[in-house]
Amino acid sequence: MSTPVYVTETGEPLHAILAEFATPRDLYHAAEKVRDAGYLKWDTYTPFPIHGMEEAMGFKYTILPVMVACGGLVGAGLGFLMQWWMAGVDYQMVTQGKPFFSWQAFIPITFECGILFAAFTSIIGMLAMNGLPRWHHPLMKKERFLSSSDDKFFVCIESGDKNFHPEKTRQLLEQAGATSIELVEE
Amino acid sequence: MTTIHPDQLTAERLAGLSRGAGSPTPAPGTGDGTLIETPGVRPPLVLNNRSFKELTDIICGYVENPAPRWWFPIFAMAATIAGLAGALILYLVVTGIGTWGLNNQVDWAWDITNFVFWIGIGHAGTLISAILCLLKQKWRTAVNRSAEAMTIFAVICAATFPGIHVGRQWMAWMLFPIPNSNVIWPNFRSPLLWDVFAVSTYGTVSFLFWFMGMVPDFATLRDRADRRLRANPEGGAVLLPIVPIRIDRLRATIYGFLALGWRFSSRHWHRYEAAYLVLAGISTPLVLSVHSIVSFDFATSIMPGWHTTIFPPYFVAGAIFGGFAMVLLLLIPARELFPHMKDLITLRHIDNMAKILLATGMMVGFAYSMEFFIAWYSGNEYEVYAFKNRATGPYWWAYWTMITCNVVSPQLFWLRSMRTTPLVVFIVSIFVTIGMWFERFVIIVSSLHRSFLPAQWGMFHPTLIDIGIFVGSCGIFLTLFLLFLRFLPAFPIAEIKAVLPQASPHYGHENEPDGHGDVAAPAHGGHH
Repeated sequence: MSTPVYVTETGEPLHAILAEFATPRDLYHAAEKVRDAGYLKWDTYTPFPIHGMEEAMGFKYTILPVMVACGGLVGAGLGFLMQWWMAGVDYQMVTQGKPFFSWQAFIPITFECGILFAAFTSIIGMLAMNGLPRWHHPLMKKERFLSSSDDKFFVCIESGDKNFHPEKTRQLLEQAGATSIELVEE
Repeated sequence: MTTIHPDQLTAERLAGLSRGAGSPTPAPGTGDGTLIETPGVRPPLVLNNRSFKELTDIICGYVENPAPRWWFPIFAMAATIAGLAGALILYLVVTGIGTWGLNNQVDWAWDITNFVFWIGIGHAGTLISAILCLLKQKWRTAVNRSAEAMTIFAVICAATFPGIHVGRQWMAWMLFPIPNSNVIWPNFRSPLLWDVFAVSTYGTVSFLFWFMGMVPDFATLRDRADRRLRANPEGGAVLLPIVPIRIDRLRATIYGFLALGWRFSSRHWHRYEAAYLVLAGISTPLVLSVHSIVSFDFATSIMPGWHTTIFPPYFVAGAIFGGFAMVLLLLIPARELFPHMKDLITLRHIDNMAKILLATGMMVGFAYSMEFFIAWYSGNEYEVYAFKNRATGPYWWAYWTMITCNVVSPQLFWLRSMRTTPLVVFIVSIFVTIGMWFERFVIIVSSLHRSFLPAQWGMFHPTLIDIGIFVGSCGIFLTLFLLFLRFLPAFPIAEIKAVLPQASPHYGHENEPDGHGDVAAPAHGGHH
């Protein structure tokens, strides 16, 4: 799949077809068409998260919240263990007449450690699943694509998709109402 | 977070801000057009019918255009005051904390007052970005970035004070459980150590939240610089005449690095929104825990005036109160000084925040009276004396300053005309900020200065070093905030675009440009 089958006119391997749309509404309906045509290696690019895109593109739920819950539990567990070992085992000192392992007093720090780990898991997990940081991408070479951060909306279908066909894919995007279509070199 | 409500256009029309009108003339009684109170209709969140492109240009313009003329003089002044703090802290470190006015009896004074004051101010940022996010308060998008920035700068100011209060500041690292040659560990049963964990977790999580929110906006700044470079590879402004580094090259590199390669993919946005919601969810108990734990520093002691169970909710309400006052104190001048900022921070934002000031001000007022009631009801003579002494003892002026500023002054906000006059809100916010500083001073100093035995009675008088370091911390705060306004995206560009009516994938279905009846048709796919 990773071997490119198609090349552009200049002879460079083709990465994808990029189509521009003018409004969120056009993009939304185009995404529904691409989804229904059975493409899998494709994406849309929008200046802000558009509501309902996960449905229009057919995403599954992300497992990120589960990862964060696990991260939080691990953090809380480590925080509690740290206190148990440091105050209850390694450096036993009578303070306030309490037992060495006075778990009630350890709760605030356990909680804070859980929160800290959960926060790191959510941001690192989000970036990792998104394949970021990645400071280069074939799309970034396209000047037109840079307005995806301003007010333009894009659909990009990769040439590695099993349904990809240079003519039919272009036709699909044209029929969906693209205002411009161009090829993206690898 | 980004549900689009079709009522915005209806509201704009009812408020007199018809679509496409050159100069909007709001209908009477609606302020700038956002104060409309028709049931079932949501007022516009952004004024003047801004397009996506205009929003990008306005917000990026604060960073890309030359600084306004007022910016540098104010920055220079704030930075000088911040430098004063640095010099005085250096003097304190080399001399000792005897240079402060605290003494054997009043051994916590201005330093801890300042610590609690600043950490309290920090709470508004996370409240706006987390709790208001969970409550789907879309107006928060205009103020959340600057409030989060303010949080981080306030935490920096706050963390300074306990750090320099420890006496031998070069041993401050022993606050953390770091292995050391004495083979000892910190006392995990002490609320002071809970505080170390709470404040450092809070600072870290707030920073992560703030940074994650800025990643797409850094990418916007990167792309704009990149486009200017591609359009004009040879020209463009240079950093200084003698330094041949082009500013856009610098921007593309620095903002590009910070953007982590963000490229606005919907698959990325999907996980990004999930992460944002999760962060909001975990920040909500965090923000409530931090000031609760700060209040444990006092509440778990046996000192009369401190040993009360009302402290955690009372401190949290006070923190939100003081924090919102500071947000208003910063944003009301900013919206006057920066071009087009009034389109983003509308009168309704000020109105909403003034309502929060009123509500939280009433909560702290309730707490003040409940403290007196419980002191009397407990029948404990030390407790009764501590409160009698607060209101009528040698620090009576501090107590009554606090009551006037925190309880009396926000009562103006029962009147809508007061809540929607920025100058009035600004002045009340100054009072509230002063009042909240005095609240912490009253709690700390007036409780400590007369404890159980008359032999333990004393007074606290601040020295010039005390005053200088506090004023200096305000300088540090203002310096950082001015740098933020100048060099970082001060508004969440993507989030604000997402709450515009045209951001909805159904926009155009129910709002045909040729107009229709006065009531907006129900949105297609309202289930989104």
